[in-house]
Amino acid sequence: MISNRQKRIRNFSIIAHIDHGKSTLADRLIEKTGLLTKREMKEQILDSMDLERERGITIKLQTTRLVYKDKTGEEYILNLIDTPGHVDFTYEVSRSLAACEGAVLVVDAAQGVEAQTLANVYLALDQNLEIVPVINKIDLPSARPEEIKHEIEEIIGIDASEAPLVSAKSGLNMEDVLEAIVKHVPAPTGDEDGTLKALIFDSYYDSYKGIIAYLSIKQGSVKRGDKILMMATGKKFEVTEVGIFVPGQVPVDELKAGDVGYLTASIKNVVDVRVGDTVTSADHPVDEPLPGYQKAVPMVYCGIYPAEGEKYGDVRDALEKLQVNDAALEFEAETSNALGFGFRCGFLGLLHMEIIQERLEREFDLDLIATSPSVIYRITKTNDEVVMIQNPTNLPPTEEISFMEEPIVAAKIMLPNEYVGNVMELCQDRRGNMKNMEYLDEKRVTLHYELPLNEVIYDFFDALKSKTKGYASLNYELNGYSRSKLVKMEILLNKDIIDAFSMIVHESKAESRGRIICEKLKEVIPRHMFAIPIQAAIGNKVIARENISALRKDVLAKCYGGDISRKKKLLQKQKEGKKRMRQLGSVEVPQEAFMAILKYDEDK
Amino acid sequence: MKKLGVYIHIPFCIKKCHYCDFQSFSNLEHIISEYVDALCMEIKSSKEKFKRYKIKSIFIGGGTPSILTIKDIDKILSVLYSTFEMDSFLEFSIESNPGTLTKEKVKYYTKSGINRLSIGLQAWQDQLLKKLGRIHDKDTFVKNFHLAREYGFNNINIDLMFSLPNQTFSHWEETLSNIVDLNPEHISSYSLKIEENTIFEKEYKSGRLNLPNEEEDRKMYEYTQGFLEKNGYHRYEISNFSKSNYECEHNKIYWKNEEYIGFGLGAHSYINRIRFSNTNDIKEYIYNIKQDKSSNIIEEKNSLKDEIAETMFLGLRMMAGIDLKYFEERYKKSPFEIYEKQILKLQSQGLLKVDDKNIQLTNKGIDLSNQVFVEFLLD
Repeated sequence: MISNRQKRIRNFSIIAHIDHGKSTLADRLIEKTGLLTKREMKEQILDSMDLERERGITIKLQTTRLVYKDKTGEEYILNLIDTPGHVDFTYEVSRSLAACEGAVLVVDAAQGVEAQTLANVYLALDQNLEIVPVINKIDLPSARPEEIKHEIEEIIGIDASEAPLVSAKSGLNMEDVLEAIVKHVPAPTGDEDGTLKALIFDSYYDSYKGIIAYLSIKQGSVKRGDKILMMATGKKFEVTEVGIFVPGQVPVDELKAGDVGYLTASIKNVVDVRVGDTVTSADHPVDEPLPGYQKAVPMVYCGIYPAEGEKYGDVRDALEKLQVNDAALEFEAETSNALGFGFRCGFLGLLHMEIIQERLEREFDLDLIATSPSVIYRITKTNDEVVMIQNPTNLPPTEEISFMEEPIVAAKIMLPNEYVGNVMELCQDRRGNMKNMEYLDEKRVTLHYELPLNEVIYDFFDALKSKTKGYASLNYELNGYSRSKLVKMEILLNKDIIDAFSMIVHESKAESRGRIICEKLKEVIPRHMFAIPIQAAIGNKVIARENISALRKDVLAKCYGGDISRKKKLLQKQKEGKKRMRQLGSVEVPQEAFMAILKYDEDK
Repeated sequence: MKKLGVYIHIPFCIKKCHYCDFQSFSNLEHIISEYVDALCMEIKSSKEKFKRYKIKSIFIGGGTPSILTIKDIDKILSVLYSTFEMDSFLEFSIESNPGTLTKEKVKYYTKSGINRLSIGLQAWQDQLLKKLGRIHDKDTFVKNFHLAREYGFNNINIDLMFSLPNQTFSHWEETLSNIVDLNPEHISSYSLKIEENTIFEKEYKSGRLNLPNEEEDRKMYEYTQGFLEKNGYHRYEISNFSKSNYECEHNKIYWKNEEYIGFGLGAHSYINRIRFSNTNDIKEYIYNIKQDKSSNIIEEKNSLKDEIAETMFLGLRMMAGIDLKYFEERYKKSPFEIYEKQILKLQSQGLLKVDDKNIQLTNKGIDLSNQVFVEFLLD
């Protein structure tokens, strides 16, 4: 069943490999449909956060509605739903895609189909979306549109013969993209008069209106004053406003099946508005929620501490504010001998962790120290008590531990077959266990591996990309726990154990990890007036050691021609540097030391 | 009458040395006389401002002041004498490069009141001099040193550097022993520092500079103190040694944080707690002077607290350190009232020593002097 109103709606996303021009295309489409003048447009208005623009990735979804009059003069509402683009956010991507009926696939006319393109296409196909291929950057000298069309047909298996050839940068042939969307993306369906059934695909906190939930209405309608039920959480609210995005929020009277928009209901807590949840009528709820909901579960934990102890309260306030918009972020207070008062925080993955840290530093102007990331280990004690540990410091003494287990993920790696050897080697090195290898076609392979999560969280994705020239894609999900020979490695500076540096590692990795960390610390810790031994140890056994020799000379050169200001500036700089150091035991450690521990590359 | 030091900057050299980042040019000979005229105008125009001061030291530095012709240097001296009132104990120094000294110049210097000659030698070995980009050899230096003595200089400084590229410990031993044989009144001895935007920096970054390691550097450094002291030189500042009564008064003005006025390109001044300097742009400097405009750029206006901080870290450069009585007279407070915590900490770290007359760096404190100085800076 489809109404005349629905016939003139198209809900779509844009999917692309990084740098293939997704954001630029979105900007041009918005421009072309005339909702904004050129002057009003910030470059790439969809990526609204600075951080996103710098990293070139979209973290928080933005959605906008375009009004387009096609060649026949018929007016269409096109809802463009933006998607984040990283493995940490696969679930969010899948929910955004579930809000659409079609996806514009942007392929670079010079680069062709790349790994991430494929990963996203598979996600879109999972949601039964119609794929509308668009070939971008055709004004590049190296553009080879015809070949790329073939590539799309061959690798992805969709018809690309009619794919618009465009340049989002110059705005060339944008009309063709809009026409193709209207022509190929199916109109939404759903009974407008049925009971409300709407998918939440994003939310954020507004200090005036409370939580703003982004909705795709699948059935029925919703308006101000309606009583609604969030099916996963069981929470009930009364709607205070419904509206659409242009891309700012504009209230409307009602949202009906097929529409994409938002609602507010004086909701204070983001955990009540979960991405993927189904909104229905509180009085007459539907029986079944929409499929695909998953609760966001943190997989990676680390300690976050203010660089200056007195900022503890500020960090708490900032984390609370971020959490309002980010249901996947968890935190609780903890203390460290080395770092004082701080928070143990849980994240979806390492990128999520880095983004939160950067947002805390930028948006809240905080100086932070983050401890080594950790996963949750399951410890069975000799008295059969089972404890879950995500802070290595809390590990019970060795003699009380019967055995330890670590979380395992089921990883699906898609890649061209020529890199299979490289990737198998990488997975082997990361203690992976191959489960299966499937050929998608003669060139493309999917590897199924079981990998310990703690091997995946560090730099596995980066390593994977570098071993496959960026052509591999990675998806993983938690798949239980497995017994493992794990040890707690401690780092000692000048004989003092620095708890913030402790980590749980696999026995076979301890020595190389310890060696790399000692070397890195030696690089970043400045010389002191005394010699500093740096040691990595398991229990009482030192497994790696470096030594920072004592500073023997720290003298300014000639005080020439009375230029005291310059000398003073040099001293002031030295003093500033000292102030940014953290006193750990007897040693002053710069913040880079914490970063150095985080990033390790084994080739070194 | 208040006392004042005068610094005159001559920013010209025959050739720039490979380690040098000072304000100097090697290809502007054609504007030297124009520069000297501007310099003289600048000095002259300050007459009114400094009429209540007596000049206790003049230091003509560079660059290479000895590059100036007798005619040019005479212009500068004449204007100095006609502008300022000189103290009867005036110390009047000029820096020189052995490659530019002549009998005539030396004769002129002593005759016209310059009573201290500073000679930049740096190293005794010709191959090291060449590596440093110096324009002279050892023999030229020796010849000029004797000339200076012959024409009446009885206060001569020799600038030396150690930790040079390709320098061995025995090179340094040889340098010091030959210098001591010449018996100058004053010796400066600096450890080479690789400065930004120098030829050495470029070579260092590309790994082409064969510098002594820290072990060797410290060996040369430690040897210097012992050897010079054994030969009648006392160390009165981190890098300066002299026979008794031949300390450089001009440099002590800086270290005691007293007032001085600088003339010429990029020259620095400290008057009434204001630090200012001239422009570093030579064309702008000459142009401004001709337009009767000042090229001064104010760098800092010191509060009393700023000045006290400077007095501490500059004063500690001298082995005599901070004279407690002098400090209290000047600031009506003792350093302990202001820096109790810092002084105690540095004492416990073995970097400072305190008695009832002075606060001084220990030997370890000298080696790590920056670690001491930063403690006295204000937040």
